[in-house]
This record gives sequence, structure tokens and C-alpha cells, in this order.
Amino acid sequence: MRNQDRIKAVLTLSPSIILIGLFVYGFIGNTFWISLTDWGGVAALAVNPVKNYAGFTNYIDLFTGFLGGGFRQDLVNAVYYSVMLLAGAIGVGMFLAVMLDSKPKGEAFFRTVFLYPMSLSFIVSGTIWRWMLSPQGGVNILPEYAGLQPFTFRWLSSTGSILEFNWQNLLEIAIYLVSAVLLIIGLRLFAKTPRQSLLWLIPGIALGLFAWLGGEMLPKALFMEETHGFNKATFGIILATIWQYSGYTMALYLAGFTGISQDLRDAAMLDGATTASYYRHIALPMVKPITISAVIILSHISLKMFDLIFAMTGPDNGQTGHPALNMYLTTFRANDFARGAAIAIILFLIAGTFIIPYLVSSYRQRRGKP
Amino acid sequence: MKTRIFSTCLAVAAATMLLFTAQTSRAAELKGQLEIFSWWAGDEGPALQALIDMYNKQHPGVTVVNATVTGGSGVNAKAVLKTRMLGGEPPDSFQVHAGQELIGTWVKADRMEDLTPLFKEQGWMKSFPDGLVKNIGTADGIWSVPVNIHRSNVLWYIPANLDKWGVKAPASWDDFFAIAPTLKEKGIVPLALAENWTANHLWESVALASLGADNWDALWSGKLAFDSPEGVKAWELFGKVLAFTNNDATSLSWQQATDMVVDGRAAFNIMGDWAAGYMSTTKKMAPGSGFGWAASPGTGGQFIFLADSFGLPKGVKNRDNALAWLVLLGSREGSDAFNPLKGSISARVDTDLTKYNDYAKSASADFGKDRIVGSLAHGVTANEGFMSDFAAVMEMYLKSRNAQATAKAAQQIAVKNGIGK
Repeated sequence: MRNQDRIKAVLTLSPSIILIGLFVYGFIGNTFWISLTDWGGVAALAVNPVKNYAGFTNYIDLFTGFLGGGFRQDLVNAVYYSVMLLAGAIGVGMFLAVMLDSKPKGEAFFRTVFLYPMSLSFIVSGTIWRWMLSPQGGVNILPEYAGLQPFTFRWLSSTGSILEFNWQNLLEIAIYLVSAVLLIIGLRLFAKTPRQSLLWLIPGIALGLFAWLGGEMLPKALFMEETHGFNKATFGIILATIWQYSGYTMALYLAGFTGISQDLRDAAMLDGATTASYYRHIALPMVKPITISAVIILSHISLKMFDLIFAMTGPDNGQTGHPALNMYLTTFRANDFARGAAIAIILFLIAGTFIIPYLVSSYRQRRGKP
Repeated sequence: MKTRIFSTCLAVAAATMLLFTAQTSRAAELKGQLEIFSWWAGDEGPALQALIDMYNKQHPGVTVVNATVTGGSGVNAKAVLKTRMLGGEPPDSFQVHAGQELIGTWVKADRMEDLTPLFKEQGWMKSFPDGLVKNIGTADGIWSVPVNIHRSNVLWYIPANLDKWGVKAPASWDDFFAIAPTLKEKGIVPLALAENWTANHLWESVALASLGADNWDALWSGKLAFDSPEGVKAWELFGKVLAFTNNDATSLSWQQATDMVVDGRAAFNIMGDWAAGYMSTTKKMAPGSGFGWAASPGTGGQFIFLADSFGLPKGVKNRDNALAWLVLLGSREGSDAFNPLKGSISARVDTDLTKYNDYAKSASADFGKDRIVGSLAHGVTANEGFMSDFAAVMEMYLKSRNAQATAKAAQQIAVKNGIGK
């Protein structure tokens, strides 16, 4: 009986396993293989392009080559973009959800209004925001209605950047980051288990000191100085994305808050909790799974972002570039399929670092339950 | 004797008859479909439609499928075309910028048919200027039929405004640098610039002025390096010119840059001659009196051309129909039906100038006598790989303003993309 079940299970599952294996993992593998070749050189679009194995040349060029500067800036942009989008969309979404959770008049109406941007396609909202953020119109001339000077900030075309760092010192910066993470974990443990926390604190301090004192001796990631930073021109794009996605996080949180029993809230209030402390100590910890899934969804949306940026600043605006845009242009405009595949694999790996831990932990949780 | 003459006459008559029927039957034979692929929609749609109407009249049996993919200079169309070609489903004929954009991508990949026999049969070797035929062909053949010619190195201005400010259109960049500071003091942008590709567009005009036509050609044949002293000098001059442009350039479209000149916020603009079409058709200004033009500074007597053309991919479904389409495109009638509507000039030397406006007449005259060189920004001199990388190099320059490093980067992308090979 058990055996028969097993056979049935295998039979019903096998079509999807084969299809997914072929069309998802097979193609990922194929893309990876292409990224290791030189794909035809100049005659890239021949019927049977010549593909020579080239090892990791494409990857090395992207990270340390003279001409990979654009890609490196795109990567830095993507990191800043993800962080700002996460902070913005979750912050604004949470705020709206808390506001609506107190059931003000017209709650249903506002809920629809805030969720509405989600239903627009990125191309539409990108075009609208492009107009809104144009240098001599839209948002910038709003103060004129109040009789003030118009803004002169160039939302999508500033050339300045802040938080700059030298790509040469990438290794040093990475060590600092690791040491910072170790220190934070250590300090949080310190109150509970001082002895265990030393296991985190000591290597953290050692790494930090090492990077501080020996940073000069670390190998340089690049042969020349190249600064990258947070380009101010990406502000406009971040603003548009937050506008579009905060309604979505609001809906997520609102669903979570509604799921919390009213008794719990009443009990907390009886114990003298204010509204702020109710949310801080009770509601938000209870919707932690929602926060985690919002982080996962938003971070990989920001890594795959293409259409919004394309609609807002077009293909060749290095200031607001994004690896996904770069991948498309490298592949389909410059006909450099191998390099494009390499960018695709890098993006895939970065997205994987967000999603795989999440999948593993949720799998474990499910296994843990009977 | 009589019978002989009679029979000869009869034979000739029969032959003529046969010839006629043969011809009509040949024309009638064409049937089925013809799919033409282009990015001519919107303003350029009527010009394409005029050609399609002519084709329908000549070959009523053929249904023309007009596959357009919108998007300026074919950004989207080119990507769609690539997926179709890779998928083994080529359109019968497709629009492409004449020159390396076609050769580097499709000819090197052995996807196009050589059109030399068609050029010989139609007598086009003499109908098109030599400089043009050289640029659209390689040693192995001629690869497309040019439909129109645009000029890239044109300086636009409003004569009335210049009079008001007391300046004249500069003939060289030194002239420009002499008048630019005074314009700037008056709060007028000396040279209007727009988004990234227009910077590439400006670069080619500046570089041609700095290098001269011979060095320009040498650059693209691989005989002169981009990081040679001459090459670096071109970037330095470009940097000096950029100092007199508007600082919100990257968020403007080319039309908005032209608008700055029209509204009197800027004095000059360097743009291709589609700006003439924009000003005369959309802005209803008169060529000559309403708006004026000159060759961009330092490029008098030189003509940076770009051309749209149609080619014949290998393995198309309706080859005969496509050939008939190409014959129409290259003909004087077809060319003169299309170009006045598109706002470009005919590639042929025997064009009927009465159909064109004043700007086009002057451009045609220049095209006939000037030194013709190819455009980089619009696909004549370099393949798509170089063009795409060059956009990144331009970004690098706009950010760093380092002529030496940028020239070096340009040389690297030239080597990588096999320029001159």
C-alpha cells in the first residue's frame, strides 16, 4: 500500500520535476556555461556562433577590468537602492498600516487609495514620475504655488554622489563589515551570556584592528583608484519605487494586525500599555514573519528592477544604472552574450543570498512542526 | 522579299508582344506576402506609408505586412529583430542604419545577401555617390539599399536672436569660444545639449573638427589610435565645449534641447537635420528666416552622414517580393516620394529637388560636393558593440572629465570590438 502510494507520488510529480529541471535549472546551467565562453566574438549572431571556453574571464573583467567601471557602479547603485527601498517601503507601509489599524473614518477608501499604485505597471508609473521629477516642472515647481522659490534639485540627473568609497579598498571594507556584524552580535549577547559573547567580540575586534592597521597591505581589488558612491540621481527612482510599493507592505501589515486578537490588545491596554508600546512590544513582534517576507519580496524586486528605471531615465544614464539594465544592453544591444550571461549569473547569486536562507529556515520550521 | 519583311515585322511584333506579356506576367506573378520590419511609426509613419502605397500600386497581388516596433533610433526594434533572426524567422526586409551597424552585426554573422547584382542591374553604382557606396559595402559586397540621408554635423540657431545678441554663427570652435562667455554672462546657454546619446552626437562633430576628415577615417580603419595625441586632443576640445552647455542636459530629450534654442534660452544646438523637420513641421517655422543652420564649427565642407537602409536577410520566405521592394526603395520615384515626408534628403544624385524644402535643398547641394564621412552615433562607422561601450565611455568622461583616461578607454573598446578589422 505504502509502496503504491510512493509510485503514484513519483508518477504525478515527475512531469513537473522534469519540466522545472529542464526549463529552470537546465537554463540556469546553460546561462552559466555561456558566461564561461567568449560567444562568437564579432560574429555573435551567426547561425552557429563559435564558442570558446574562456574560464572566468568575463567575471574577472566585470569586477577588476578597466571597462567594468559602469557595471561596478551599477552594482553599488543596486545595493544602495535595495537598502533605501527596504527602509522606505517598510517604514511608510508600517506607518500607514498602524494609522489604518485604528479604524479611522473612511478606512476602506484610504486602503484602496494607498494600495492602488501597486496595480499600475512600472512603465506607466515610471513615465508619470519622469514628468513629475523633470527639472523645471512637476515637484520642483510646487513651492511656486505658495509664492516660494522653486526647487532646483535635479532628481534624475544630478551628477553628485555621497557615501563614496574607493573600489580598490573593497577587501578592507568587507572585513570592516564582517567585524561590525560580529561586534553587534557579541554586544547583544553580552547581557545574557557574557562568556559566549566573547567568542563573537574577540574575533570582531581582531578583524577590525587588522583592517585598520594592515588595510594598506591588503591586495587592491583594482589597479587604479575608482570611487563609487550613492548617486543622488537615484533618489528619484527610489522615491517612485517607494510610492509604488509602500501600499503593498501596508496591505501585508494590515492583514497581520487584523489577525491579532482584539483580546490581546484589550489586555495590553488594561495593563497600561500606550498605543505606541502596544505596537512596539506586542503587534510588531507578532507580525515578524510578515516583516521577513516583505524584506525578501522587496529585496529581490529591487534586484530585478528594470522597467521603472528604463522608463524614468532611459538606457544610457550611468548615474541611475542598474545591473539588470546593464545585462539587457550588454546582451541585446552590444551583442555580448557571454558578458550578459555573466551579469545574469551574478544577479542570480545575489538574489540567492537573500532567498535561500529564507527558504531553508521556513523549511526547517515546517519540519519542526508535527 | 516582301514576305521576309513581313515576317520580320511579325516576329518583332510577336517578340514585343511576348516581352509585354512577359513583363506584365512577371509583375502579376508577384503574390503572397511581404513583411517589412522598421521602427518608423509616429511622425515617420506617413513617409513609410507612401512607399507602401506605391508598392501596392505596382504589385497589387502582394499583401504588405507592416511590422513596426516603436522607439527612437530603433532601441526596441533592434532587440525584437535579433530575437526573430535568432529564432530563424527573419522578416522579408528590415530597416537598419547603413554601415557598420548592419555590417558588424548581420554581415559578419553571414545573415545577409550580397546586393551587388541588384545594384549593377539597376544601374545604382552611378546613382549613389561613391563615398556612400563605400560606406555601405565591404570588400565582399554591398549589403543594403539606402533610402534616405541625414546630416549629423549641423549647427542650429534662430537668426533673429543672434542679431539681438549681436553674435554670428561661429565657423570654428575658436570663434565659438570667443562669443560663448558673453552669451553666458547674459544668462543664455551658449550650446544646448540633451540626454546621453546627444552627447555622443556632439562628440562626433567636435572630434571631426579636431581631427579633420582624413584622421577621422583613419580612426575607424584602425590606422589611428584613439589614445594617440590627436585622439586625446579631441576629448580635450570636447571638454572645453561641454563647459558651455546646460547642466540639466541628461534629463532633456533632443526636442527639448532644440526648444531651448527656439525659445531663446540657448543660442545654438548641434543636432542632426531631423531638427529641421521638427522645427518646420511641429513648430511651424520657416527654414532660413525662422531658423538658420550652418555646418557645425570647424566642419565646413564636410558632411557626416547617416542613412536608413533596407537589406535582404538570407532565407526569407518571399525573396522576390522583397527584391521588388528594394528596387522601389532605390528608385528615384520611391526616394522622392519618401524623403520630403520624412524630412531627409535622397541618397541619389539625380533627385528631383523641386519636391523638397529649402533646408533639404541646401543639404542636397552639400551632399553633392562635400567630403562625406560616416557618423559614429548613428551606426555608420562602428559596430554595435563599440557603440554600446562608447556610451559607457561617454558616461565615464561626463563624470570624470579626464581626457587621457577616456581616450585610453576608447582605445580599449576599439580593440575589444575589432574596429578596423
